[in-house]
Amino acid sequence: MSTPSIDIPSETAVRRIVPAINGLWVLLGLIAIMALLPMVASPYALMLMLPFIGYSIALLGFNLLFGTTGLLSFGHALFLGVGAYTAAALTSKFGILSFELLLITAALVSGLVSLVIGVLCVRYTRIFFGMLTLAFGMLFHSFLFKFYGITGGDQGMRVLRPLLLGMEWRGGKTAFLTGPFYYYALILFALLGLAMWRITQSPFGLHLRAIRENDGKAAYVGVQIFRMRLIAFVISAVYGGIGGTILAVTTGLADPELAYWTHSGNLVFMAVLGGSGTFAGPAIGALVFVLLQDFVMSVTQYWRFVMGSVLVLLVVFMPQGLSGTVEALINRRKGGQ
Amino acid sequence: MTELVDVVLGGTFHAAVLFLVAAGLQLVFGVQKIVNLACGSFYALGAYFGITAVGIAIKLGMPPVLFLPVLILAGLAIGIVGLPIERVLRTIYRRDESYQLLLTFGFLLMFQDVFRFLWGATPRTMDNVYMAYGTANFLGVRVPTYNLLVIAASLAIAVGLGLFLERTKTGRIVRATAENRDMAEGLGVNASKIFALVFTVGCMLGTVGGALVVPSGAASLDMAVELVVESFAVVVIGGLGSMRGALVGALVVGLMRAAAISLVPEMEMLSVYLVVVLVLIVRPAGLFGKATA
Repeated sequence: MSTPSIDIPSETAVRRIVPAINGLWVLLGLIAIMALLPMVASPYALMLMLPFIGYSIALLGFNLLFGTTGLLSFGHALFLGVGAYTAAALTSKFGILSFELLLITAALVSGLVSLVIGVLCVRYTRIFFGMLTLAFGMLFHSFLFKFYGITGGDQGMRVLRPLLLGMEWRGGKTAFLTGPFYYYALILFALLGLAMWRITQSPFGLHLRAIRENDGKAAYVGVQIFRMRLIAFVISAVYGGIGGTILAVTTGLADPELAYWTHSGNLVFMAVLGGSGTFAGPAIGALVFVLLQDFVMSVTQYWRFVMGSVLVLLVVFMPQGLSGTVEALINRRKGGQ
Repeated sequence: MTELVDVVLGGTFHAAVLFLVAAGLQLVFGVQKIVNLACGSFYALGAYFGITAVGIAIKLGMPPVLFLPVLILAGLAIGIVGLPIERVLRTIYRRDESYQLLLTFGFLLMFQDVFRFLWGATPRTMDNVYMAYGTANFLGVRVPTYNLLVIAASLAIAVGLGLFLERTKTGRIVRATAENRDMAEGLGVNASKIFALVFTVGCMLGTVGGALVVPSGAASLDMAVELVVESFAVVVIGGLGSMRGALVGALVVGLMRAAAISLVPEMEMLSVYLVVVLVLIVRPAGLFGKATA
């Protein structure tokens, strides 16, 4: 086994792991700053941070699939939709208000849905995987949109204020969301971030990276490609479901737009904006996306044009995303000294 | 019986327009290996520009009979926007598909606001053309003659495109470039010229499709994103990169939708996606696609 070709991947593996250790610290640092934010920031800014947390959790999962395994899903908003509608159905139809139960159910439902979809999808890679996931996402969207009786159609479904840790919280909607719910979501984000870090650093994560780099070789040395891809798909869907639940509680509404394909596109946008090659990149991308979108929307009604131009420039000039570019700058500096 | 004819005619009209957009998508994918999400924007662009063009034609006092040629010419003319867009796409031909999807997604977002800026947020309609050609009696069903003309125009374009690709020298070069870009370049083909040509033609197919459909409906901001998924469905059913696939896929989607609307309206789009998923499971490369997955 001492052929020279073995050296090449091991070299790149080392290069990938070194900045990745910083990735966890970057993420935890971000979370620590956010924990201090309520002392200085306005309720409006805190309300913006909630979708950021929701998207970041979803993107942690999305990037396990995209960055780590190399599968681009263009229908990932489906799982945000599943999480949101699970929360809506449980709170407004079944009267279950415990947030913990909502999270567990959302995770279970999206896990189950993704298992079925995954079995059909992960046999394909590249553009076919993207198209198939997009088709499933739109299938779910048109179900949500057309079946008024079950889903409320384009009106969506209301999501009632949940109980956190079994306790009822008094105060207005904003006080609840920017107070207890904010911290709850943040802690959840930190825990899920740690869990995802463990996943990417485990032998399982190594299997996924091997599949991304060369699935033929990976299969040859005994990686069970189908099973590994499927597990990655299910984990990413569970994260998506949890992220969707947080989004839905924040807006108080689950609507079909959550599962629309352009929403999936936004998820990919965020991941690439932050840099899908790094651990904390997608979360940074979500932060920048949410802030940028809010800023541009306040300045002009033509915010789509601005966001679209940002995307075009990003893809052409900074394909590694923000974190990838910063990383490259640091590496260049280190290399220069 | 009349109901069946109604469904078939409605479905075929829809399929005729879908085919044009999907053919553009196929052409670009076949040669440049790019799945162009902005194809929906080209379609919407053609629709909006068609309204403007007919507005000018009315001001110039043209007889309504000339509106169909005016629409087709408007679609062809505005299709030129493909040229500058191809310039930008050129930077990422050799990159991962995800970047290509994202770049065209960026264009889609930008176009949304260009339409909003130029034509406003409220849907624009144009009914003075639709009935200008009167109605025809087809197997006991009265249909607007316009629909039949559009179906004929689309068929003519399909035949023309086929002849261009199969019978002309440029068509042969296009096919050679699609088959193997580096080899074609080695034989002296100017691939970047071919790419610019192909993308512009693909864009024109979309804009003509949009211009042709607008008299029967409206030009709205939603039409771009909605059509993307539909033409995506056509392409997946037919097989990526195949022209025959685009034709068959468009017919399947068009007829399926028309049938669903008259039988189970809730299933309008759901039925289309179900077919897509079914095809991808049974024949992942589509009905006429080459197995490249």
